[in-house]
Amino acid sequence: MISLTNAILFLLLAPIIGGLVSGIDRKLTARMQGRVGPPIFQPFYDVGKLLEKENLVVTSSQNFYILSYIVFIVVSGALFFAGGDLLLVIFAFTLAHIFLVLGAYASNSPYSFVGAERELIQIIAYEPMIILSAVGMYMVTKSFFVNEIAASELPLILYLPGVFIGFLMVFTIKLRKSPFDLSTSHHAHQELVKGVTTEFTGPNLARIEIAHWYENVFLLGFVYLFFAFNPVIAIVAIIVAYLLEILIDNTFSRVKWQLTLKSAWIVAGMMGLVNLGVLYYLAGVLI
Amino acid sequence: MTYLKKSPWLLHYDASSCNGCDIEVLACLTPLYDVERFGIINTGNPKHADVFVVTGGVNEQNREVIRNIYEQIPEPKVVVAVGICASSGGIFRECYNISGGIDQLIPVDVYVPGCAARPESIIDGIVKSLEILEEKRIQMKERAKQKEQGSSPGGGER
Repeated sequence: MISLTNAILFLLLAPIIGGLVSGIDRKLTARMQGRVGPPIFQPFYDVGKLLEKENLVVTSSQNFYILSYIVFIVVSGALFFAGGDLLLVIFAFTLAHIFLVLGAYASNSPYSFVGAERELIQIIAYEPMIILSAVGMYMVTKSFFVNEIAASELPLILYLPGVFIGFLMVFTIKLRKSPFDLSTSHHAHQELVKGVTTEFTGPNLARIEIAHWYENVFLLGFVYLFFAFNPVIAIVAIIVAYLLEILIDNTFSRVKWQLTLKSAWIVAGMMGLVNLGVLYYLAGVLI
Repeated sequence: MTYLKKSPWLLHYDASSCNGCDIEVLACLTPLYDVERFGIINTGNPKHADVFVVTGGVNEQNREVIRNIYEQIPEPKVVVAVGICASSGGIFRECYNISGGIDQLIPVDVYVPGCAARPESIIDGIVKSLEILEEKRIQMKERAKQKEQGSSPGGGER
């Protein structure tokens, strides 16, 4: 059953949760670097300010692409929380990022181009692992529907430990954390100006930021699915996974795109595919 | 709303500075001063910036660059001249290749004196500039309102 209430709740609450998570993230990052750090609500102030700024656009098609980006991110997240088809969610999610890349390409700026190409490389790096996660969940629960996966009594994490490790790997890429913050970063790195977001100002940048909050909540929901048999363990797992990402973010420097692609695919292959292979051969015994 | 004052993003440009003031600007970001407490982020991108921090005076090499960066920053924006060279040209004022302070080229809102300017006075200057930034935002809003009112009656002015 598709739950409309959950979808509406996601639409309303996800920006608040996503913004708060982002604020706590910045505070913890600052503490790890020995700084005081900004207030917890800083991400909201940032977005509020960006909405007040002038919207400078190079080509007006940028506005359209960014609007499509946020719409498709929201649609994929809402579909996920409503309990829809996981494959459809992943397709909408990928399409959203393609719109972001197109928006960056539309501006004809060299920095934006490099950012867009790097964003594409990131999509290539994480996409196989996200699909493998969906396939793994299907193999265990015999359903691609999120509500049926979430309602399953089976402890997915015990069947899919390799897939989960692979998912954590691409989680780092998706959260735009070091060492994989190739296309754009939350830190004051300046080597590529600001990568994929270079040519977006004011309200458009605010939309990208809000879309990123929605996206983060959706990804945390994906982590939840692995532990859906017990909500308490699931919440703890989400918190531990996010803290781990912050720690990784602050202890690694950015790597080159070649290593990002290789390591993401090697982990997806080693952990994900082997896990699925074992599951396939033991299907009769385990499930 | 006063979000602008809570989240000013800086763009730092080194005109012909000797690096003394630049190091002091960067010192503001270190754990000792940590300007991110106030939501201040040092961006590398003029299109994301609100406050344009310039160190050093104007010469023929950087004239175009300063103007270009200034024009790329979306409204509302303020310019902070950090150090005596950016304020007036300093000891290089009489040099054949120096035109003087940044105000010879673009409107400067806050002057931070010192050679090199101390991090405390730089932070003080930025905080002063935020008041001006807020004023500029209100002016910008009023201008937009007037424009809207001016064109709305009849609607057939074109």
